Amino acid sequence: METLEIIRKAIIEGQAKQVEQEVKTALDNGIKASQILYEALIPAMAEVGRLYEEGEYFVPEMLISARAMKAGLGLLKPFLIGSDVKPVGKVAIATVQGDLHDIGKNLVSLMMEGAGFEIVDLGVNAEPEKFVNAVRDQQVNVVAMSALLTTTMTRMKDTIHALQEAGLRDKVKIIIGGAPITQAFADEIGADGYASDASQAVTLTKRLLALS
Amino acid sequence: MKTTFADLLASGRPVVADGGMGTMLFSAGMVRGHAPESWNVEHPDIVRGIHAAYIQAGAQIILTNTFGGNRIRLGMHKLAARTCLFNTAAVQLARSEADAAALPVVVGGSIGPTGALLEPHGELTLYEAVSAFEEQALALNGVDVFWIETMSDLEEVRAAITGCRKANADTPIVTTMTFDTNGRTMMGVKPEQATEALQNLGVIALGANCGNGPAEIEQVIEKMHRSSSAVLVAKANAGLPHMHGDIAVYDATPEVMAAYASRVLGQGARIIGACCGSTPDHIRAIANALQNIDTPIKDGKHS
Repeated sequence: METLEIIRKAIIEGQAKQVEQEVKTALDNGIKASQILYEALIPAMAEVGRLYEEGEYFVPEMLISARAMKAGLGLLKPFLIGSDVKPVGKVAIATVQGDLHDIGKNLVSLMMEGAGFEIVDLGVNAEPEKFVNAVRDQQVNVVAMSALLTTTMTRMKDTIHALQEAGLRDKVKIIIGGAPITQAFADEIGADGYASDASQAVTLTKRLLALS
Repeated sequence: MKTTFADLLASGRPVVADGGMGTMLFSAGMVRGHAPESWNVEHPDIVRGIHAAYIQAGAQIILTNTFGGNRIRLGMHKLAARTCLFNTAAVQLARSEADAAALPVVVGGSIGPTGALLEPHGELTLYEAVSAFEEQALALNGVDVFWIETMSDLEEVRAAITGCRKANADTPIVTTMTFDTNGRTMMGVKPEQATEALQNLGVIALGANCGNGPAEIEQVIEKMHRSSSAVLVAKANAGLPHMHGDIAVYDATPEVMAAYASRVLGQGARIIGACCGSTPDHIRAIANALQNIDTPIKDGKHS
């Protein structure tokens, strides 16, 4: 089997050690980092997303695969920096103010990274200003907000309002998610989209940025 | 009136459990981002009043305000040092209302997830998880039953049960999981898998709580009932949240929850209550609905 195929398979199966080994081999054999990224890591994570959506994979499998992908990505990063490979988009992500539940947010970050996005992780409990600053100072083009609680989901509206006030609303696509969130809520607060899980979040973002 | 969990079940009747605690605390003015457990110390009268209201509505089981009362979750609020204090205070509040009630009421010590993922999916070690649950269970001394709820990972359930047993091997354990992801838990556990695993772990009752409203839980209970004779617990959310102005409210009325109670009883649930978005009005409607049903129940199973 060719190296890239082995890497893809190892990511789908969640074999972090094997991914590391094979990425090293690939680099040693002169395969470009960008080629490994675009032809092994990203397609593998797309397949993981597909398996999740088909109900074959669940969160645990997704996490293990994402970890394997990260192991490979870590080795590629030094080669990608300074190369002409640009991320497909830059996503500022956090749980909103008052909400400390970050499992979903972290999963979305991983899947986004696996799809070639650059992540600006604003952590948990992020006040609206944090998002505003990220958009203003770090050329972010996607804002992703997560909330698990009905009492904190209303903060999403505050962030959108703050981005409007700062004159930055048109510079970004805003996506939201979390257990109590619905499409109706997204429409109501003026978000650009809602995704019900991490895999859908990737599909949604690509669609919003007209990447797919 | 003091009783035991086993005695409640021995009555042969459906048992009414309480409804949402967080929902009630927020409507009493708790601000978002606050650890609800801190109100056991800061606003004990409000917490006690919520217990009293649920008992008044017909709840025979009330859960302590300790859902997030383990040191890992409290640590996210920088309150880990107050773990013991919040839990012991919570037991006193629930205990005093239950024991003063005219009818028998059981106090369940609520134990929720840590909010962190266990290795290999996350950073939390099994040892840390067991220690945190043991610490909480020790501080919940005085409850009639440990009530492990809203779980999605069977490994974390095992950690919680191990912690409870280490703290007090004589206190029975109830465990409910949340099946909110296409009929499974977030971590992919099917109702049948949960039932088998929890039965093997020797819990006194098992079931489902929280999630996307009554219909979802009814399906879960049906599957659990088909695959086992365990005493089943159903605590559904009061529907789904919708925005009303600037606040999110759950859409299921007391009537909707009363209909759910009758249905889920028929599907095999023995202990029926509610979760997020529910209030004493919902529990009163559930209690009334169940009171009018005269299905005798034997050994946890409907005859």
